[in-house]
Amino acid sequence: MKSLEVTLRAVRENGRKALVPYFVAGATPDWVRHVEAAALGGADAIEIGIPFSDPMMDGVVIQEAGLRALQAGTTFESIGRQLTSIDTEVPLIAMTYYNIFLHYGLARSAGRLHEFGLSGAIVPDLSLEESDEWRTSCGEHDIATIFLVAPSTPAERIKEVARRSEGFLYASARMAVTGASSDQGDGARVVANVREASDLPVYVGIGITTPEQAATTAAVSDGVIVGSALVKVILNGASVHDVENFVRSFRDAIDTTFEV
Amino acid sequence: MSNIGVMGDPDERGHFGDFGGRFVPEALMPACLELEEAFRDAWADPSFINEYRTTLSQFVGRPTPVTPLPRLSEKLGLRLYAKREDLAHTGSHKINNVVGQTLLTRRMGKTRIIAETGAGQHGVATATGAARLGLACTVFMGEVDTVRQELNVFRMELLGARVVPVTSGSRTLKDAVNEAMREWVTCVADTHYCIGSVMGPHPFPWMVREFQSIIGIEAAAQLEELGAGTPDLVVACVGGGSNAAGIFAGFANSDARLIGVEAAGGAAVASGSPGVLHGMRSLLLQDEFGQIEEAHSMSAGLDYPGIGPEHAYLADSGRAEYFAVGDEEVLDAFSLLSESEGIIPALETAHALAWITREVGALIPRGATVLLNLSGRGDKDVAQVRQLLKGES
Ligand SMILES: Cc1ncc(COP(=O)(O)O)c(C=O)c1O
Repeated sequence: MKSLEVTLRAVRENGRKALVPYFVAGATPDWVRHVEAAALGGADAIEIGIPFSDPMMDGVVIQEAGLRALQAGTTFESIGRQLTSIDTEVPLIAMTYYNIFLHYGLARSAGRLHEFGLSGAIVPDLSLEESDEWRTSCGEHDIATIFLVAPSTPAERIKEVARRSEGFLYASARMAVTGASSDQGDGARVVANVREASDLPVYVGIGITTPEQAATTAAVSDGVIVGSALVKVILNGASVHDVENFVRSFRDAIDTTFEV
Repeated sequence: MSNIGVMGDPDERGHFGDFGGRFVPEALMPACLELEEAFRDAWADPSFINEYRTTLSQFVGRPTPVTPLPRLSEKLGLRLYAKREDLAHTGSHKINNVVGQTLLTRRMGKTRIIAETGAGQHGVATATGAARLGLACTVFMGEVDTVRQELNVFRMELLGARVVPVTSGSRTLKDAVNEAMREWVTCVADTHYCIGSVMGPHPFPWMVREFQSIIGIEAAAQLEELGAGTPDLVVACVGGGSNAAGIFAGFANSDARLIGVEAAGGAAVASGSPGVLHGMRSLLLQDEFGQIEEAHSMSAGLDYPGIGPEHAYLADSGRAEYFAVGDEEVLDAFSLLSESEGIIPALETAHALAWITREVGALIPRGATVLLNLSGRGDKDVAQVRQLLKGES
């Protein structure tokens, strides 16, 4: 079992709901300090978005953050260099589009992820069917390959995807790209479907915008992923302290609800 | 008819050699699988094929003729023929694919269709096909292109479609595809995404080629009738590559050399490398970090940093050859065809002719029989060309 999965299963066994914030690396100069702040605020794992020119699964907020990062000259390597200064024990997970790794070389990418201190990777445009080579490369470097399931994924397919996913399974709460949303979405149903097929931790993401939504969703899953809502605060100029408070507000809402 | 394509079918996961496949968010996987099944089923169903064929003849005006180009032939020292897709309804080959995909949309029980467009030709064709079958229609178009092809925006609106200007990225075709994909995720249950070229995730590159193969099948028979036999070269412009794939399909098993002509600023074969974008693995313009580069062409329909995966495969295997031409040569070819044959071509098409005029006596032996796929008419480009020509003098 990959280290990431060992850690995340332990989080669940300790009766804790996982909180996973998402950052776009390089969107602001002090992004590494933001990541540390999120860890202090109560994150259990953190997604590090590597910007791509054509983010097909992302809405306007993450598109904008990615554009700023690319304009600032952010690359896979520059992210790695900056991460060497990070001070946190919280597991870090890369999130990017397949072409970044493919172009860099799959085996080489997996090796670099490991050297940079990342322990998992989410590649939303890499379908299960095309993933053999990537999973093999990740296998050699203790990188967990995390797959998504969506409200549209049929039960049979959920089984297949869950069997290959490592660390956790990313349950998309809605049929949408990343971005704010005011309703609860379909997360609970997707999680219930996954539970029939797998005991992997299931985290819900896409459109989780408020601490209340996060708490409600955490109650029916093993954890939540908070992306655009956080990235928006950062684009609006959040300080390191603001980021910590933002994450803590989600942490508190989740813990309070869950203890009830 | 399901086996008419003389270029082979991809493997069951949609690969043409090392290229193709299906690289989409999980949310879209079921739709791609459903579409593949629906297409396989329809393409083996005589009643579907009959309706497709009937629509092509009664609505689109097929078969389009093959026209000998005697004055230009004499000037160039060639035996030049043109397959006249400019005479198809809406003015380009794009409608062939749209007829197929709109009929399939209805067959799948979907009520709405979305599309991307560059030059506006695929958007106009999709709006047309949607109007004919009473489907709701939304077209995504880069903001830059809505300006370059203003009249086509109005055409789509006249046909009842909603046109959404796309303001992300380079604001051209590539970004219109991104935006259409993002929209499709939200509405995939009742909406079909009618991709306009031989690109995207499986089954699109294969399906669109099959719907366009009518061009090559007709042309091969028509050249026989004209006594021209098998051409020495078949030449087509390539954006994503649908008109080229369509005409190549009729000649893939012949001795004809197959030539695709890209815009110099969007030459995925000459300047690209393997990568994944828009659901497919193919040849793409990208930088050293794998970021996709913007294409630059005066022709909105060729302003695309990639090429369909089957073309990447045909280039790899050597069965087809790909070349690039620059904007200036294209303008000359645009005027040349207009003046010598009374046909104003689309700027996209003029790329194919520009390559022919450049290579006579070089890559093309004098006296060769050459079939040009005249993929579209130039009405949409007249205002732009007027400005460019005025700017030159
Ligand atoms: C007339 C014409 N030819 C060619 C193209 C390029 O597309 P494809 O390469 O798919 O044929 C376009 C695209 O808009 C077009 O309008």
